[in-house]
Amino acid sequence: MQVHDHPALKAEARDLSFFYGEAKALKHINMPIYDKKVTALIGPSGCGKSTYLRSFNRMHDLYPGNRYEGEIRFFPDNTNLLSPDVDPIEVRMRVGMVFQKPNPFPKSIYENVAYGLRVRGENNKRVLDDKVEQALRGGALWDEVKDRLHDLASNLSGGQQQRLCIARALATDPELLLFDEPTSALDPIATGAIEELVHELKKRVTILIVTHNMQQAARVSDYTAYMYLGEMIEFGKTDEIFIKPNDKRTEDYITGRMG
Amino acid sequence: MSLSKNSGPHTVSDRLAHNALRHFSERLIEMLLFAAAAVSVLTTVGIVYVLVSESIHFFQNVPLVDFLTDTQWTPLFDDAHFGIMVLVSGTLVSSAVALLVAIPMGTTIAIYLSEFSNPRVREIAKPVLELLGGIPTIVFGYFALLMVTPLLQKIFPELPGFSLLSAGLVMGIMIVPYIASLSEDAMRAVPMSLREGSYAMGSTRLHTAIHVVVPAAFSGLAASYILAISRAVGETMILAVAAGMQPNLTWNPMEPAATITSYIVQVALGDLPHGSLGYQTIFAAGLTLILITLAFNILGQWLRRKFRENY
Repeated sequence: MQVHDHPALKAEARDLSFFYGEAKALKHINMPIYDKKVTALIGPSGCGKSTYLRSFNRMHDLYPGNRYEGEIRFFPDNTNLLSPDVDPIEVRMRVGMVFQKPNPFPKSIYENVAYGLRVRGENNKRVLDDKVEQALRGGALWDEVKDRLHDLASNLSGGQQQRLCIARALATDPELLLFDEPTSALDPIATGAIEELVHELKKRVTILIVTHNMQQAARVSDYTAYMYLGEMIEFGKTDEIFIKPNDKRTEDYITGRMG
Repeated sequence: MSLSKNSGPHTVSDRLAHNALRHFSERLIEMLLFAAAAVSVLTTVGIVYVLVSESIHFFQNVPLVDFLTDTQWTPLFDDAHFGIMVLVSGTLVSSAVALLVAIPMGTTIAIYLSEFSNPRVREIAKPVLELLGGIPTIVFGYFALLMVTPLLQKIFPELPGFSLLSAGLVMGIMIVPYIASLSEDAMRAVPMSLREGSYAMGSTRLHTAIHVVVPAAFSGLAASYILAISRAVGETMILAVAAGMQPNLTWNPMEPAATITSYIVQVALGDLPHGSLGYQTIFAAGLTLILITLAFNILGQWLRRKFRENY
């Protein structure tokens, strides 16, 4: 890791390991996440990048037999997200997530976006209307759906559904937004829209994005981490990683000789 | 392998066709399967045919208007009345009581098993629950008459020894396993990605279950409710044993009353002369029962289509 004048930290993994039962899926990962920047996680299938991403909102807690070691420090309050004393629901209140496949709830467009607000106890219609509109504008979907907010979300196209899921995550003003291969189920045009959106969003939220697509990592991210077999091989500014990687394995992957 | 080379485009199918024995056994199996399917279809057609043809004789003697509007059901008296609403009311009241028990309880159990219980509890609870569905209904009937009615009489001293309430409650308990089991299947079929989406929003398990899983599984839940209604409307023994058999036009579950099914049992056990009007009432009542069930089935199909989720 080179020394640079980096921006403030939003989160930091410290000696993070993760176990699915006996299987060690993440091995002693150390990595900073910089505030209001886009950090891309790349690496071949099964390298642990999704596992790593899902540690940030404690998704692994949903399934029995999973275990974390080490810490993920979250700033400015320096909370350890993985501490058993920290309620995973509190973590998820601060860390939003967008999944690989669009997963809108079987509700109207409006109710999908309002979902997180209602979970947080907000029921004032004026406030909800306002925040839903803001979030849909933030998700670059407002103009397409403003006349049919009460239609079922499942009637939207795949790309629109994914932007709806982004709006849904934005509605609650998360501090960190996790994207788990958000465009792998979308066509190139919808993918372009999402990438543009990610670029727009980093003005207000820190983003961590898993992607299979290296062009995408190069296009959208400020920092890139290359993972392989559960290890963090290399982390650095995206330009540097893609132009002159330090590690041979990173270079092989980026140039397409491996993975 | 080598045969199939260079011998024209029909090689494979010709070879298959020429194997006469295999051809014959394939045909035989196909016919057996078709026969099995045909038996069930023909049985249904036969039942409907018998019901309709006997009912036609009945309606030649009793006007349809009287059948639907008369407030008395006394087919075996000298002054005979044929008001089917008397039996329909008993059927609907007892079914409503049963569903008021079974739908909330069955759905709650399903939510617990699908969303909350750990796998070991589920593996034990589900078979036990399904066992409950295997208890003969006559046993439930005596349970209603000898256990539930006396218990209810402690709460409602004026409750008679036979009542729609008691029979309906026990019928509800009988139906719970059907709803629980089918609803649980429907909820477990909801993809994990939807639940993860909800949890990722900071939602709790209960909130996720109620606001995401249940709506997503709604077509399956509706199907289980419809099946439950059909079971309740068609249930016979519990009502024959515990609800009393006197025809009584009432919407009050605290009263005894006959249902369509318990009337049919009662009359079919007696020695009615074949072809008499009293004998034909069985078919008219049976036809009414089938039409009610059919109506609920159509409603169920419609609900399933309307609420079908594309994940």
